[in-house]
Amino acid sequence: MFGKPKRTSSAVTFDMTPMIDCTFQLVIFFMLTLNFANDEQNEMIRLPSSELAKPTEPPWEFPITLQVTGKNMVIVGSEQVPISGLRSVLQRERSALERFNRTPSHATVIIRADRYAKTGAVQEIIEIAQSLKFERFVLRAKEKEV
Amino acid sequence: MPRIKSKGEGERVDFDMTPMIDCCFQLIIFFMLSLKIFASEGDFSIKMPVSKSEGPVDPTQLPPIKLRMKADGTGRLVAITMGTKQLSSSDPFAELRREVRSIIKDDIGPGSSGSKQEIELDCDANLQYQYVMRAITAVSGYVGPDRQVVKLIERIKFSPRRQG
Repeated sequence: MFGKPKRTSSAVTFDMTPMIDCTFQLVIFFMLTLNFANDEQNEMIRLPSSELAKPTEPPWEFPITLQVTGKNMVIVGSEQVPISGLRSVLQRERSALERFNRTPSHATVIIRADRYAKTGAVQEIIEIAQSLKFERFVLRAKEKEV
Repeated sequence: MPRIKSKGEGERVDFDMTPMIDCCFQLIIFFMLSLKIFASEGDFSIKMPVSKSEGPVDPTQLPPIKLRMKADGTGRLVAITMGTKQLSSSDPFAELRREVRSIIKDDIGPGSSGSKQEIELDCDANLQYQYVMRAITAVSGYVGPDRQVVKLIERIKFSPRRQG
């Protein structure tokens, strides 16, 4: 009379469409916000802030970024050198410019100095660059909300 | 007679989406880990001629304003003097901006006194760089009531380096 309850063998399926939509939205968001160009911003450098600091548009032509740490060391690319060793690094940059038929006057030296770096160190870096005929200098600051 | 059912009729084709979802999550994790959030940055141009004898002297050029910044042994700012005037208020940089505005009289733009005026920063060698940036900000301009930047002096240079 009363037998075993019938068991259905139908598989339970989830609708995964919303999850996949959401996942793709996240992938696209992270792809768009990722900026590999910001690799020149070293996290060791705590830049001074300024309410007048606005991003430069268009970007500098032939930029050479010199990052000055609070201990007055200079980071150029992935290389960290004392100020006394900067001349050889800049000479290399100058040779690279000359390979593109450009002179040091075409390059812009961007100085990203830590807020606790010594002003004398920044001045010394400018003097070294000037002695190699670099002429354009900019001091970089972090944008401060007013 | 058996009914012949054509293949595929009424059948539901299921894709195995597990590899795609795995791959998407891998991508999300990669982008999340490589994401770095930076504040935006801006630049201040400084005028550093290679030699003093470079080119003829512009007769319309005004003599530079000298800004002397003195530091104590730890590099903190202790005194700031503009020309011969000591700026001694509690916020010397706001006072510096007021002084510059009184000289420039908001005469800005091409051919204005703001474009002709030059300022020369004479700093102690051990002065913390943050004070230099605050001074440069004070003399370069200010944010107006409409949140537009009003430029004051654009020609900024350093004096020869002091030994320290």
